[in-house]
Amino acid sequence: MGILNYKFENSNVLITSLDSLLNWARLSSLWQMQFGLACCAIEMMAASASNFDIMRFGVIPRATPRQADVMIVAGTVTLKMASRIKRLYDQMAEPRYVLSMGSCSNCGGPYWEHGYHVLKGVDRVIPVDVYVPGCPPRPEALLEGIMKLQEKVRSESLAKKAPAK
Amino acid sequence: MLTEFGKILVFLILGAVFVAGGLIAAWLLRPHRPYPGKVSTYECGEEPVGNAWVRFNVRFYVVALVFLIFEVEVVFLFPWALIYRQLGLFAFVEMAVFLLILIVGYAYVWVKGDLDWDKPMPEIPVLRRQSPQGTIVKTGATS
Repeated sequence: MGILNYKFENSNVLITSLDSLLNWARLSSLWQMQFGLACCAIEMMAASASNFDIMRFGVIPRATPRQADVMIVAGTVTLKMASRIKRLYDQMAEPRYVLSMGSCSNCGGPYWEHGYHVLKGVDRVIPVDVYVPGCPPRPEALLEGIMKLQEKVRSESLAKKAPAK
Repeated sequence: MLTEFGKILVFLILGAVFVAGGLIAAWLLRPHRPYPGKVSTYECGEEPVGNAWVRFNVRFYVVALVFLIFEVEVVFLFPWALIYRQLGLFAFVEMAVFLLILIVGYAYVWVKGDLDWDKPMPEIPVLRRQSPQGTIVKTGATS
């Protein structure tokens, strides 16, 4: 199962060609886990609407983590939600990416000091690929975050060592 | 030259190749690192509790049955309403008869109390019979 994934020590022309095809396919269809946590989710919805149309980047909301590639953590991650987010992230199929949207999920935001109920950054429970700053970020900022994530996906390779879990 | 069935055969072969190709490519390329958290049942982020094969309350059966009847009624009503003017009186009488039959059923369901969620407990008949002396053996007793 998955016999080609991270099984090559060094790259060659075959692997890089396959890499570019795979990465193109993956970055062109970054399906999104459909959930929003706070006011950042409103901006995320605006990014999905026709003015900004995040779907032209291939970001389609999916209702189940099994079909999702990227989890956009849009909003305040409360401590109660943190365990759920961890579980949902675990249930996503690999390759999976996390985009932390807004100050709250980046670092706790305005709840950094006195928020007794807020996780101080979603990267304390799941690995984050791209941080989008803002409180809340404008849809353009989210679009740029998606493009940064696409750059990251574009640089992936089958020839890497398997990352430590 | 391809016959008509030959074209279907080509479609079948292409479809099989397409599906098998996708599955094989995914089998080769996908990361496969399962662990208990990843393969656990998706319950909207909640901890999966119990089995998905649960017993539903039997009262849902009647509700579903009644719903099905009136759903079909609406399905018939919409096209009827669209071309009602062209059909005239005949269509009106036909639909009135149809609705009347269903309304009788509706009244029946209503009177029987199937629309109420809380139904009175049924009275279970109890059998009272005197046994002759010495014929009752204690259950589980060995001879």
